[in-house]
Amino acid sequence: MAVPQPVETTFLFGRLTWQAFPLHEPILVATFAVVALGGVALLATLTWFRLWGYLWREWFTSVDHKKIGIMYMVLGLIMLLRGFADAIMMRLQQAMAFNGSEGYLNAHHYDQIFTAHGVIMIFFVAMPLVTGLMNYVVPLQIGARDVSFPFLNNFSFWMTVGGAVLVMASLFVGEFAQTGWLAYPPLSNIGYSPWVGVDYYIWGLQVAGVGTTLSGINLICTIIKMRAPGMSLMKMPVFTWTSLCTNVLIVASFPVLTAVLALLSLDRYVGTNFFTNDFGGNPMMYVNLIWIWGHPEVYILILPLFGVFSEVTSTFSGKKLFGYTSMVYATVVITVLSYLVWLHHFFTMGSGASVNSFFGITTMIISIPTGAKIFNWLFTMYRGRIRFELPMMWTVAFMLTFTVGGMTGVLLAVPPADFVLHNSLFLVAHFHNVIIGGVLFGLFAGIAYWWPKAFGFKLDPFWGKVSFWCWVVGFWLAFMPLYILGLMGVTRRMRVFDDPSLQIWFIIAGLGAALIAVGIAAMLLQFFVSIMRREKLVDETGDPWDGRTLEWSTSSPPPAYNFAFTPVIHDNDAWWDMKKRGYSRPLSGYRPIHMPSNTGTGVILAGLSTVIGFALVWYIWWLAAVGFFALLVTAIGHTFNYHRDFHIPAEEVTRTEEARTELLAARS
Amino acid sequence: MSTDQSLFGFSSHRLGRRLASLLILPLAAMLSGCDFVVLAPSGDIAAQQRDLLVISTLLMLIIIVPVMALTVFFAWRYRQSNASATYAPDWDHSTKLELVIWAAPLLIIICLGALTWLGTHLLDPYRRLDRIAPGQPVTEDHRPLRVEVVSLDWKWLFIYPEYGIATVNEAAAPVGRPIDFRITSSGVMNSFYVPALAGMIYSMAGMETKLHAVINHEGSYTGFSANYSGAGFSGMRFAFHGQSQAGFDEWVAKAKAAGQTLDKANYLQLERPSENEPVRRYASVDPNLYQAILNMCVEPGKMCMNEMMAIDAKGGLGLEGAYNTLPLEYDKFARRGSIFGPRPSYVASICTAEEAEAAFRAARNGGDNSIGPKDHSPLRGAGLLRPWPRPELPGAMSQLDVPALSSRL
Repeated sequence: MAVPQPVETTFLFGRLTWQAFPLHEPILVATFAVVALGGVALLATLTWFRLWGYLWREWFTSVDHKKIGIMYMVLGLIMLLRGFADAIMMRLQQAMAFNGSEGYLNAHHYDQIFTAHGVIMIFFVAMPLVTGLMNYVVPLQIGARDVSFPFLNNFSFWMTVGGAVLVMASLFVGEFAQTGWLAYPPLSNIGYSPWVGVDYYIWGLQVAGVGTTLSGINLICTIIKMRAPGMSLMKMPVFTWTSLCTNVLIVASFPVLTAVLALLSLDRYVGTNFFTNDFGGNPMMYVNLIWIWGHPEVYILILPLFGVFSEVTSTFSGKKLFGYTSMVYATVVITVLSYLVWLHHFFTMGSGASVNSFFGITTMIISIPTGAKIFNWLFTMYRGRIRFELPMMWTVAFMLTFTVGGMTGVLLAVPPADFVLHNSLFLVAHFHNVIIGGVLFGLFAGIAYWWPKAFGFKLDPFWGKVSFWCWVVGFWLAFMPLYILGLMGVTRRMRVFDDPSLQIWFIIAGLGAALIAVGIAAMLLQFFVSIMRREKLVDETGDPWDGRTLEWSTSSPPPAYNFAFTPVIHDNDAWWDMKKRGYSRPLSGYRPIHMPSNTGTGVILAGLSTVIGFALVWYIWWLAAVGFFALLVTAIGHTFNYHRDFHIPAEEVTRTEEARTELLAARS
Repeated sequence: MSTDQSLFGFSSHRLGRRLASLLILPLAAMLSGCDFVVLAPSGDIAAQQRDLLVISTLLMLIIIVPVMALTVFFAWRYRQSNASATYAPDWDHSTKLELVIWAAPLLIIICLGALTWLGTHLLDPYRRLDRIAPGQPVTEDHRPLRVEVVSLDWKWLFIYPEYGIATVNEAAAPVGRPIDFRITSSGVMNSFYVPALAGMIYSMAGMETKLHAVINHEGSYTGFSANYSGAGFSGMRFAFHGQSQAGFDEWVAKAKAAGQTLDKANYLQLERPSENEPVRRYASVDPNLYQAILNMCVEPGKMCMNEMMAIDAKGGLGLEGAYNTLPLEYDKFARRGSIFGPRPSYVASICTAEEAEAAFRAARNGGDNSIGPKDHSPLRGAGLLRPWPRPELPGAMSQLDVPALSSRL
């Protein structure tokens, strides 16, 4: 009989011992060696080129929404590499583990990988990329100079980084959760996951969650309060509309995640029984709560990309967006309905038929506004002049891919069909179909579309097209076999298989993943080549695509203050309207511009939060206490910082604007 | 196996042949070699679920196919280089068109919603079967076969109360006899799924889920857990045999011949985590075992969930109840105590063994989890010691004398 063991802790290091370092896992040791070498090389380069001061002053402490947006994108792309490495490892394991072979990953390692893959892809890839895009584009689209709370924006970003750092730390110090990405109890409770994995999960998400929630509040305020004169709600660009809805969803749903993770940590740290059956708790509460956050979360991810597709389709078809009003209402309807469908994630938990049908039908109803959106894009293309530049290619690929994903989604919303497909690889194929085909394709469209705005030169089309075809073909190759396997009754998260006839499908899926890897490499190469050839790809107009919304009215990249004069809006394609009416840039009368000052407080606060998270994971109480105290001191200290803002002198504005005038004159 | 009785019955081989005409040869060869068990099941419930799946897909294709075709067509027709196509840069609204694009999906969803409502109620796993196969209603002669299913770490326990036998990682049922599965878990959540038989349902500790199904064709099918449950999850597979009555009787006899007994002590051994367990058979089972597992009180002296709920339904034991615990000495998996929590403990039973058995018997027969006739007068811990000063509890709860309580229960 196993007598419950008290945890062995020391004062100084809590439960952190040498055994926490996975030196016995050759894969992890090799990974660590590569990461360490790469890291040292990067640090050495930065030091060699004396870039530390530059990075600190111009980027890390920046409160400029454009720079923060770009930093979010960089974070998302770096984490994409990690999340994708997990994906490749899973595909390899599942392709190998047949005919008595155990594959190359033991259960402890494999179970961490699929958990980390889900967590990283949602929280640290999709979320930063989406937030980054909104951060960059929204203020420009509404004619604002920054977001409502620039310091908060910087702080939010670094909190997201802090969460990512905790999740990455779990790779080399201790372990990550082995629970699946939503950490259902009882499995995630202390009795079944006694070590640090779930604690890393909890604190990683809690730290990042603070950032996400605050960033949501910030963007809502920005959109509500900082629109240029004349831009009524129904004159906002669709991307801004979808961003508004997404941020409303964030603010209304992330607190639920915070609360449910707090309850789970109480169960794990102080022995409460919210989610254990002994003593009267119930794990079903967790499942409900986490999906009350989790379902809005998928709309948080997809809505802004619906906005991107709207902007791209309209711009590259050279046509007004068809059905702007119904597009806006569709978005709002999706926002509201996304709260009424969470139970479709667990029809098989034994709710009654009426409850299941209710949630099944509400889920289907969401497909009506979504379908309307697809039709709206379709009829925007109708009688247009479609230029198949990269963003438009991604959009067409999205429309073809996403409709299939939507169809399988509605299929899964039929409870009896879900009973046979739930948790199967069919489900896995479905949500990758909508997340890759919708969210990622949309992000790639958005990156290709706004890259010239952010950096002043277009992306290299050749490598972009290579990447495009590898991604699209790779996606279908990787996930069609999963649909088929799902219909063969194969369930998800399996580590070994006993039916040899399945192997061929896993091999095909693995090849698809390899093709996606080429697509990712081609995309990185595209960025590299474009930066190298930036002289050739340069765009001096600020409006390379013949755009329709305000962001295209400034230079590329925009000056720190975005707009020398706040524009006045008369129509919902504001810039198109201005161009049509023969708008000319004002050439004089510049005034000093009031701007927020940079501050390092965000970095420090988020750094301390990360330290606290790490200390709580490892039960190093003194460090958590010291960290918390330092956090309070820094936060209070920052309230005494009176150097919050400054004015860009009129001369500097004049100089910047005149340089642009000359550039434009030289072109024409 | 043939499934011709079902509306959309097609076997995997026929599906393979159909696809062969459409797809390249190697792919078709691969597909025909596969067992699309979800599309060609052997149980009537799974077949009806498959039908719903196929009908829903066809319904949606009514709208999906035109959308995809239009996407490709518009993308090609209105490409920039095609100067002959009409260009209408300011055309952005058409009320008629908007009506169509909202109404078309709406109509499809109305049909699908109606289908969903009906299908979900008809195929509710909790609902007793009303037919064995199309045109073959359930009659008086069809006495359901009760199978009690417990997901353990990481294996399946099947108890056949009617025959007093139990098996691990193997189940069987006679063809054409309704099966009434009662499902629970010993700890972690799993999902009970035999794709050939019927859809899945979660198994959760302290709770019972139900599944009614019938197997229509003889054969050996695969069952497994469809919800990740920890390290040994991949090996949580079992064989489900659909057998003739004679074959089933033989299967039962084989278990009877195995000679082993599954009592509470053996169960506690079996419950310990283990992976890739071979098939085991038990000739006899403690008749109260399943109820004890369901109520999380196999360990001697632990309060059963139904007892706890009965007490709570009457208002609970008040603060005094907080001291009705014993230190946890047995734990099937790992340390359960948390760093700042109290020492791991469990709630001690205050029923006598006979009372607990009576409650289980009542639950087995009536499916009702309450203890005895309902008494709605409030129960506020009368007879227990006052919470303060804190009573001395030297490890055993025999200190608590609760005659008033047990007499009222």
